[in-house]
Parts: sequence; C-alpha cells; structure tokens
Amino acid sequence: MKEFALIFRLKDIAGFQPSPEQMQERMNWLAGIASQNRLVDKGNTLLPFAGSAKTVESDNIVTDGPYTEIKEFISGYIVVKADTINEAVEMAKGNPIFKIGGSIEVREVLKRD
Amino acid sequence: MDNPSHIDILPHLFRQEYAKMTAVLCRHFGLQHIEIAEDIASDTFLKASEHWAVNGIPENPTAWLYTVAKNKIKDYFKHISLFETQIKETIKPNEAETEKDFEFSNQHIFDSQLAMIFAVCNPKNPTEAQICLALQILCGFSVEEIANAFVAKQETIKKRLHRARTSLRNDNFQIKNLGDTEIKSRLDTVLKTLYLLFNEGYFSKTNNQQVRKELCSEAVQLTLLLTESPLTNLPKTNALLALMCFQSSRLEARTNGKGEAVLFDEQDRSLWDKSLIQRGNYYLVNATNGNEISKYHLEAGIAYWHATPTDENKWQHILQLYNQLILIEYSPITALNRTFAFAKVYGHERAIPEAEKLNLADSNYYHELVGYLYADTDIYKAIYHYRQAFKLTKSKTEKQTLAKEIERLKNQNSR
Repeated sequence: MKEFALIFRLKDIAGFQPSPEQMQERMNWLAGIASQNRLVDKGNTLLPFAGSAKTVESDNIVTDGPYTEIKEFISGYIVVKADTINEAVEMAKGNPIFKIGGSIEVREVLKRD
Repeated sequence: MDNPSHIDILPHLFRQEYAKMTAVLCRHFGLQHIEIAEDIASDTFLKASEHWAVNGIPENPTAWLYTVAKNKIKDYFKHISLFETQIKETIKPNEAETEKDFEFSNQHIFDSQLAMIFAVCNPKNPTEAQICLALQILCGFSVEEIANAFVAKQETIKKRLHRARTSLRNDNFQIKNLGDTEIKSRLDTVLKTLYLLFNEGYFSKTNNQQVRKELCSEAVQLTLLLTESPLTNLPKTNALLALMCFQSSRLEARTNGKGEAVLFDEQDRSLWDKSLIQRGNYYLVNATNGNEISKYHLEAGIAYWHATPTDENKWQHILQLYNQLILIEYSPITALNRTFAFAKVYGHERAIPEAEKLNLADSNYYHELVGYLYADTDIYKAIYHYRQAFKLTKSKTEKQTLAKEIERLKNQNSR
C-alpha cells in the first residue's frame, strides 16, 4: 500500500474554531479511517494565528500569518494508506470540511530514507 | 479423616500460597534456579496434602505451610553443604549466610510477589506463552488447569511454557532489587499481560464458568497488588483495575443457567454486582490523577458507561471513547464495537456503509454486526450475513443464537 498525505485547507479563519458538533463530525471521520486500519499518522493541526504563523520569503522578508497573499491557508494534515490515489480521494470525500468551504489536497508520500 | 472439607479448600489455598512461596524462594535463589524454588514449594504441598488428610487441617494452614517450607530449605542447604564439603570440599559462604535471614513476613511475600510479576512479564515472550507463564508462576495453575482454560492440549501448553521458562531463566532480570528502572521498562508489559489474562477469562473459549471466573479473579488480584505499592500505583494501573471491576460486575449476568451467552441488552441488570461497579468507580477516579490517557482509561470509560443504566447521551459518550481508542490502537474488535456505537448514535442506515468499509469479511463478528444493522430494513441481506457468520463461528452457542435469529427473520418475512 502507498501512503498519502491529506492536507486540509480553509478559506475562513472562523472555520478554524469548530463547534462541538463539527469537532464530533471530524472525529467520527478520522476514527472511521482508523477503523479501516488505514490511518498511518493522525497528523497535527497547524495554527494560523498571529504569533503562531509567519512566512519567510527571499531577502529576509518575514510576514505574519500564512495567508497575506493567498486567501486559503493550511489548517492541518493526516497521513493515510491506500492502494491507489482514488481510494485516498474517496476517504477524503467524507470529511466535513467541505461544509465550511474548505478543501483537501491529496498527495502521495515519497519517503526519503 | 477429621475434617473432610480440606478437599474443598486445598486447591484454592495451594494455588495462592504456592505462587507466593515460589516467588519468595525464587527471589532468594535467583531466577536461574527457579526449579529449586518450585521443587521446595511442591514438596511442601505434597507433605501438606498427606499430613492434612490424616490429621485434619491445622488451625493456621498458611503458617503451617511456611514452617514446613523453612525446614525444607534448611534440608536443602544441609544437603548442598554436605555435597560441597564432601565432594568439592568448599562451602560457598554467602549461601550459608542467606539461609539465616530467610523469612516469610508479609512484607517480604508482598515484595517478592511484586518482583515476580515483573520478572515473569518479559516483553520478548509471545503473547500466549506469556499468559501461560503468568498463570503457572504467578497464579499457581497446573499445566492441566491452563490447558482447560485455553481449551488446548497439555502438550501444547507444555511447549509454550518451556520456551517462556527458558527465557525467564536466562533473562538476568534483577529480581532482588525491583527498582525504578525495571518498573519503568516493564510496567506496560505487566499491565498488558494482566489485561490479556483477564480477557482470557472474560472472553474465554471454555464454557466452564468456574474456570472463567478464576482467571478473571486472578487478574484482579494481581492488579490489586500493583495498586498497593507506591512504585506501581499509577493512573493507568488504576484504570486497568477499574476496567476489570466494571467487566467483572457483569460476569453473572453474561451467561444463563445453561452457560449460554446472554446479549448485553437482554441481561438481567439485577444480577450486576453493584459493589464491584462502585469499586470500579473508585479506581476510575484514582486513574484521573495525571494527564495520561491510556487505552485502559478509555476502555474503563466505555465499561463505566455500559454499567450506567440510563443517560440519554450514553452512546454518544461511548462512541467518543471508541473514536479515541481506535486512534491509539487498531484492532478489528474495536473497529466493530465502534461501528456498533456509531449505529446507536446515528442509526443503522448511516452505520451500514461505515461497517461495510471495515474490510473484515472473514470475521463472524463482522457478519453478525452487518446482519444486525440490516435486520430492520433488508431481511434478505440480514439473513445472508447471519448465514456467513454461522459458517465462520466455531462457538456452538453462537451458532444456536444465529440459527434462532435467522428463523425469526424468515418467519417475519413470510407473514
């Protein structure tokens, strides 16, 4: 089986602080993948707030936040295993992030070792 | 025979005291010489069974046993020193010395038992061998009793034990001074062994209710011992003990008079042991002293909610705990139980695709779950899955339950 990173993106910072119901839905989705024994890494959340997020560019230009230029920002990631990328895409489809206008990027992991 | 009842108390007393005595002796002689320890303990009990059959049980049987054991140790050392002086003409001074300070005080027995638990639970042993070894050395079970519990041939058990005992002898484990290092490196293996020992009883392959109860109660006793030492009285130890108490509270209700399994929803709740539930609550509260959430915490939490008869959010809580549990450690049974909880919260219809994604078509439990989820909406599919489960299960009582359920669905359909 191959490994795929699912990278979560949000448009609206309000979506970053979910309601208990949204939390529960997310957790159900994640546990659903774990129940298929397809979860490799439950990943982490990446904080988008000022003080927790900066972008470093050429010529030592440092800006606050990840989203001054781009409207979307990455909110977190997980790693799953699947036979094909289409299977990984099917897993991603069940995530409640789409209800709040987010998106998921699915990327095959090439291990460096 | 003065006291015919000695037949009844002997097996239990023997088992308990044999394990304690072996632990103390083994700590004294070192793990390499575990056979000497076991020989002395066996001789002691042989003498007891002969002597007590004729003279009746002494007033304090335990004290009697330890006096005899002490004499046997003296004999042993006399024999050794005779051997050493006559044949090798040397006496190892430390052996003569250690004989004098030999004691069977309660504290010493306790320390030895604790050390023995850690010596026996070696992470290198395969799981099944590990449980066999624990039953033999920590619980004083005979090979025959272990074979009964596992529904296995005695030869198989002997083989399993042989390898585990070899690794125990060669392990160089510091049994004399059980310290922080030994405890830190092995506590997880110890807890896992006790957890498996308990499960071996709770979900036993044997239908012998007595054997099951004994396995569960041995696991509880050993875990209880761990909570009595400040070295091992940690939140996860308490969580495990809480889990065992909650599960044990339902032991009586789980089977009917014929030894058949009774489904959770159909259990007579008046048979649940309330005092055990209270003890479970007590240890669960102790388990919250700290930040760690082990899988025992989560499983104890699930068992707690099961033991709580009414709460409208009960299944919501159970599902959340299963969600966390499956993230810590995947197992097919956790995946199935989680899906069952999901069905309780979100309904059968939404749970069916969740269940079908699990990829467990070779498990009878999987087909039982899917059959159950379809039973109200699609009788044909329900029957299909129950039939698959029937083919896959080896349990007679399960086959009966399934056949009954298939029959019920068929009748419903023809009406």
